[in-house]
Amino acid sequence: MGCGTSSVKDTRSEQVLKAALVIQNWYRGYSTRLKARQRYALTIFQSIEYADEQGQLQLSNFFSFMLENYAHIHEKDPEIVARLFGSTIQDYKDRQDYVAFVDVPNSYNGPRLQFPLTFTDIDLLVDAFKQQQILHARYVLEVLFETKKVLKQMPNFTHVKTSPSKEITICGDLHGKLDDLLLIFYKNGLPSGSNSYIFNGDFVDRGRNSIEILMILFVSFLVYPNDLHLNRGNHEDFMMNLRYGFTKEILCKYKIHGKQILQILEDVYTWLPIGTIIDNEILVIHGGISESTDLNLLHHVERHKMKSVLMPPTPLDGDPDTNLKKKKFNATVLPREVKTSTSLSEQLTKHEWEQVITIFSASNYYEEGSNRGAYIKLSFGMAPRFFQYQVTRTTCLRPLYQRVNAIESSAIRILRERIIAQKTDLIHAFQLQDRSKSGKLSMSQWAFSMENILGLNLPWRSLSSRLVTTDTNGDIDYMSSFQDIHIQKPVKEAQSTLIETLYRYRSDLQIIFNVIDSDHSGLISVEEFRSMWKLFNSHYNIHIDDFQIDELAERMDLNKDGSIDFNEFLKAFHVVHKLDKLNKSGSGLL
Amino acid sequence: ITVAEFHKKIKDAFEVFDHEANNTVDVREIGTIIRSLGCCPSEGELHDLIAEVEEEEPTGYIRFEKFLPVMTEVLLERRYRPIPEDILLRAFEVLDPSKRGFLLKEELIKYMTEEGEPFSQEEMEEMLSAAIDPESNSVHYKDYIAMMVIDES
Repeated sequence: MGCGTSSVKDTRSEQVLKAALVIQNWYRGYSTRLKARQRYALTIFQSIEYADEQGQLQLSNFFSFMLENYAHIHEKDPEIVARLFGSTIQDYKDRQDYVAFVDVPNSYNGPRLQFPLTFTDIDLLVDAFKQQQILHARYVLEVLFETKKVLKQMPNFTHVKTSPSKEITICGDLHGKLDDLLLIFYKNGLPSGSNSYIFNGDFVDRGRNSIEILMILFVSFLVYPNDLHLNRGNHEDFMMNLRYGFTKEILCKYKIHGKQILQILEDVYTWLPIGTIIDNEILVIHGGISESTDLNLLHHVERHKMKSVLMPPTPLDGDPDTNLKKKKFNATVLPREVKTSTSLSEQLTKHEWEQVITIFSASNYYEEGSNRGAYIKLSFGMAPRFFQYQVTRTTCLRPLYQRVNAIESSAIRILRERIIAQKTDLIHAFQLQDRSKSGKLSMSQWAFSMENILGLNLPWRSLSSRLVTTDTNGDIDYMSSFQDIHIQKPVKEAQSTLIETLYRYRSDLQIIFNVIDSDHSGLISVEEFRSMWKLFNSHYNIHIDDFQIDELAERMDLNKDGSIDFNEFLKAFHVVHKLDKLNKSGSGLL
Repeated sequence: ITVAEFHKKIKDAFEVFDHEANNTVDVREIGTIIRSLGCCPSEGELHDLIAEVEEEEPTGYIRFEKFLPVMTEVLLERRYRPIPEDILLRAFEVLDPSKRGFLLKEELIKYMTEEGEPFSQEEMEEMLSAAIDPESNSVHYKDYIAMMVIDES
């Protein structure tokens, strides 16, 4: 009957409505949980990066500590301090004729630059690097020498003006991500007389193409010195490069001339301007300024003396000048900032600026899919415009859940490495709370210990499902914090605490050893190793007795010739992820 | 699980989205926070929750002090429980009355964007990217559900 038919229809459409609601509800829940996991992963990366930066500060303080105790140390270990603060090998730095001895063989298929450089050389490099070619060391050296010559003429701050026909584009950190630079040039055009750029530091480290970015930027600078402006970032620093990968990249790509390139680079860095001032109104500077920054002072400081953000300026003639400490370049690591203000002639405190903008140009910085990059375009008399982008490996994005899985496993992986590096301390803290010796702790107790020992401000409760096993009562089997990962023990008898400590400080030790090894031989003597360790021990408050270190050093001195290859020494302390081994044996899931 | 534990859990989740570290989050992220705590409110229910935690004069930001008590109650009362797998499966089967075992892409789009609390274009594209088997241009919902469930656990 009529009524019967229509009521069946209603039920059907009601059913469809309800079904759709269920699916939509479920999907939205699922999708937001994915996005939350992505946010958690980012929080992990940021937290660890922040902790890393604190580690840098500690290293910097260590060098200051050494400077302060100069006289005292000088008596005991004159050689080390001379190496640390004395001049490094000057021979090659100013000898441009050295370059003439570097031959470019006929078999070389890479780009060939022609001096004096023109815009065709910029095109040449961009095309060559797109095809993953490597620029010959000869050209790298020539570019570096020329760049240094021009930079030396420049003041600490470059003054720039916009005009109705001339816009300026400001880019932030690139960190060796060539794809991002190429994407910016694709969207915004190559640098030229009518297309000005300011690159606000941190061109290198972390990414795989730091040298390529540097070459493109320096060549563009040499061709258009009035339209391509480069500010020094905290990564334009030979010590940071040791820690964050650029040094390795150069030594890998340039096996013969790498060391010379690094030495000249060290110098070029110090001549990079500190900042750019646009229309006398806008200050572009890496790292921003703090309440106590005196701009007038910065205008006059001898920027060439700032070798590294981690080391105080080198004293003249070996006499520590206490005034140097006051003039010390602001070494805190702040976001890269662009500021606007009505006038720069007075000394302004941080709060008197109208607007502070932070710009960052390396997309996918932590991991594929983690973030977009951006640049700013400034036009005469207009508000700044922002442009965002993201580099993707494939033409269409992978589904969200795959991207989130990738970024999440990357974050969890590095978090696990932090956890294993403090295994002994963590177990100690766990056991203190586990009165009944059950091997279990409440979520609250576990989270408390993790936060306390690791010093990482993370949402431990939300992350627990990825890090430990929980039983049906909600209690945590705390030893499962260390499953699937361990630190390789280079010497079987060495104690866990020793291994963990060396693993934890391996990057700092890398830098210190490299500084001591002034002839860049890769070797230091066993005595130098011992004295360095003692100093490090006392400053970092580490409770490893010298005897253990001595023992370890002797065992690692494989040649038994009284010298240690410290790269091999430090490489020996690495982490093994058990799951890596499983996956390598060909399950092919990842 | 004590109230204190709930408080800690809520605080942890809130802090991840508190970008300015001043105990507030953008109102547009509240949905994400609530769902990341394991709840599955519908869009309408979410709307009501936001009204509860907003300021008298909405500022676009939600303060932690207002969020905490409301969210604690939600967790204590176990409101907005997630949808069990079998209910989800049955919902797909309702949309597939001839029991083929799959939905065509066009059918899925029609249902999701025209019925219930319709998807935005972005949401639709997002779902399609993971759900659709490109060879058959359809979603085999049983496999799809199974995959999503594994991914979450």
